[in-house]
Amino acid sequence: MARERPVREVPVPVILSLCCGLTLQILWQTEQPPSQAIARALPPPPRIDVLEVASLGEQEALGRVLMLWLQAFDNQPGISIPFRDLNYGHAIGWLDAILTLAPRSQYPLLAASRLYAEVPAPVKQRQMLEFVYQRFLDDPNRRWQWLAHAAVLAKHRLADLPLALRYAQAIASHATGKDVPHWAKQMHIFVLEDMGEIETAKVLLGALLDSGTVTDPDEIEFLTSRLNQLQSPRRVSPPRNK
Amino acid sequence: MHMHLRAILTIALFTLREAIQNRLISLVLAALISLFGLAEFIGEVAITESAETKVSILSSALRFFAVLLISLFVTMSMLREQHEKSLDLVLSLPISRASYFFGRLLGFSGAAIVVAALIGLCLLLYSPAQRVGPWVLSLACELFIVASVSIVCLFTFRQATLALSSVFGFYVLARTIGSIQLIGHGPLADPSAPSQRFISGVIDILAFLLPDLDRYTSSQWLIYGAADGRDLVAIIGQTMIYLVLLIGAGLFDLYRKNF
Repeated sequence: MARERPVREVPVPVILSLCCGLTLQILWQTEQPPSQAIARALPPPPRIDVLEVASLGEQEALGRVLMLWLQAFDNQPGISIPFRDLNYGHAIGWLDAILTLAPRSQYPLLAASRLYAEVPAPVKQRQMLEFVYQRFLDDPNRRWQWLAHAAVLAKHRLADLPLALRYAQAIASHATGKDVPHWAKQMHIFVLEDMGEIETAKVLLGALLDSGTVTDPDEIEFLTSRLNQLQSPRRVSPPRNK
Repeated sequence: MHMHLRAILTIALFTLREAIQNRLISLVLAALISLFGLAEFIGEVAITESAETKVSILSSALRFFAVLLISLFVTMSMLREQHEKSLDLVLSLPISRASYFFGRLLGFSGAAIVVAALIGLCLLLYSPAQRVGPWVLSLACELFIVASVSIVCLFTFRQATLALSSVFGFYVLARTIGSIQLIGHGPLADPSAPSQRFISGVIDILAFLLPDLDRYTSSQWLIYGAADGRDLVAIIGQTMIYLVLLIGAGLFDLYRKNF
């Protein structure tokens, strides 16, 4: 015996009501106004404890989902918003919350230093770089590369050598782990040189070479040659971008 | 004793067979393929830590799916048994109520292990075995608790809607109670207000009664390394204690029922 009865067994009013319902639904949808792309402003983040409850104990996963959502916020349905038009106070709030949910993820600081801090809006750039600096201090040995990038941005994009020096000095003072490369720890010396602080740069470079922490022969040779250049009486060292 | 054990094993075997007939494994495989595709898509969107993002989202989605699947399977299976009067038939045989209960629980636990193992095999694509192993063990413990709670809720309410709502309510509370407790005792709460003291007291009592499911099966283990031995011992200990409590509650209800 077949599991279903033939269609002819279905009463005609039932078939009619089915067709009628389908037709009405299609007509209803054709009468609806087309959706319009409306740019939404970035909302402020909720409190961190609310996010923790919402994560059901999976803070890491929620942090990563929120990061993807925030990253894609500039691409809303049918519209694209430049990063510089975002509310940076709110964006920093979200990045901060995500970093609290997933503290070992590098994603929020990468986005902060390489996406949001690259916009052509100096005030917003500074806001974002300051955020990177503050969160670097929480875990310097893991987050030094984002502050190093912040120092480069401060030097070349903002032309703010004192700010670059502050970041470079923070790396030298706090990121003392063995995995942090020497170039990052030595960054502040070259920023000082760029600022025309030749004497300070010479002292620091000499002290670095004497300390014995640099063991790579090529690196020692490079640093020695830089020290010799600094000590050369013919060197002209006007302060740049001071 | 030997007869009881045989009865338990037979009931467990029939429960496992029911799981296969209900296409539980096919459903798990379909979900694995769908969620795997979704994770790959999400991973493409990420500009860094793509593998970590994929494994984190995939594992937490699979964890929810496994809990949903086991609670639905246990509830619907027990409900069907009640409606078809096969429970009455089993209990008319020389099988004790405890043997029936343990047989069913063993069968559901077997299904939970199969589900957890299949999910673990999928996660091996993204994370090494020494990280996936503890995660799967913890998921299996979590599923044992969910299966037991589902049995108890069904015995208590005898209705799918009420039983499943209670199971999901229990699960969400067990995973959030730690954070809720922190908010209740946080600086924003006014400890001098009687209403606040009452709410905090209720939350504290609930925290005592619920298992710490927020410490189970974290996706962090798959990204940064497995939980250490103490965490796993704590999870196994909590599971054993809670299972004793749930088995007691389930048997209490079963022995009081008239069929």
